[in-house]
Amino acid sequence: MMNLESIPLQAFLIVSSALFCIGIWGLLNSRNAVRVLMSIELMLNAVNINLMAFSSYVDNNLIQGQVFTIFVITVAAAEAAVGLAILLSLYRNRVTVDMESFNLLKW
Amino acid sequence: MSIAVTTQIICFSVLSLVILIGALGVVLLESIVYSAFLLGGVFMSVAGLYLLLNASFVAAAQVLVYVGAVNVLIIFAIMLVNKKEDLKPISDIKSRRIISTSICLTLLSLLIRVDLTNVWSLSSPQNSIGEESTIRIGEHLFSDYLLPFEVASVLLLMAMIGAIVLARRDVMSKDISTGLPVDQELIEKSSEPLLTNKN
Repeated sequence: MMNLESIPLQAFLIVSSALFCIGIWGLLNSRNAVRVLMSIELMLNAVNINLMAFSSYVDNNLIQGQVFTIFVITVAAAEAAVGLAILLSLYRNRVTVDMESFNLLKW
Repeated sequence: MSIAVTTQIICFSVLSLVILIGALGVVLLESIVYSAFLLGGVFMSVAGLYLLLNASFVAAAQVLVYVGAVNVLIIFAIMLVNKKEDLKPISDIKSRRIISTSICLTLLSLLIRVDLTNVWSLSSPQNSIGEESTIRIGEHLFSDYLLPFEVASVLLLMAMIGAIVLARRDVMSKDISTGLPVDQELIEKSSEPLLTNKN
């Protein structure tokens, strides 16, 4: 299926590396809490691309990477639900979504 | 069976461009609503990459879960918390930007170097099961990954209950802290926030 003239594995890895770094940049620089959650989703997607590429190129008979991707998608859905619920109750208490104002744990 | 190589490469380039530009738009755009819709586009393109990798089941799961659930949830959250507010300026924003950008670029160069220099032990394409990956995923989920599968279902239940508990309004008739009656209406009113003005 994947003969030597097909897309190299490295192309997928580079795309996922770039996506991961964009996610980290957004995580560090966003002021809006919803955008922070979006950046986390971007990073999880980068990891998923990595797992899928390895499962297709390195482990193409026992595709365990695809099973891992399914689990990562599950955990990401749970994380998004709980994260947005936390965000809603935080917004109810502090009437803002600015990350700089969530500093109760800062000493 | 497989698509012609040129078509694959063209599809891959287009999808990668959409992913990277969309991701940059997600983190850089001013409007959070545009970011949310671009995020949906990024998720769809990632599903396209999965299709290129012969993984139709995971691509379908990606579209259903990410675009259908997570993205809709994010848009709902934006709708609920979208208030125009003037953010307080941060004094050292410039140095923060410079430091974080340099950290990200360093990490990116490191990752790309590892990607390109490492010798990956690619398996031979003859062993590939190709389009039968859905059957193989089902076998995995009900044999050697059975325990994680069941634990994932418990995790989803816990996340669902936790999200309901965290996001619901008070249903008690009296507020615990103030002793005043709690209004049960559905409209969000401006109430005295409990934790503001600490700094």
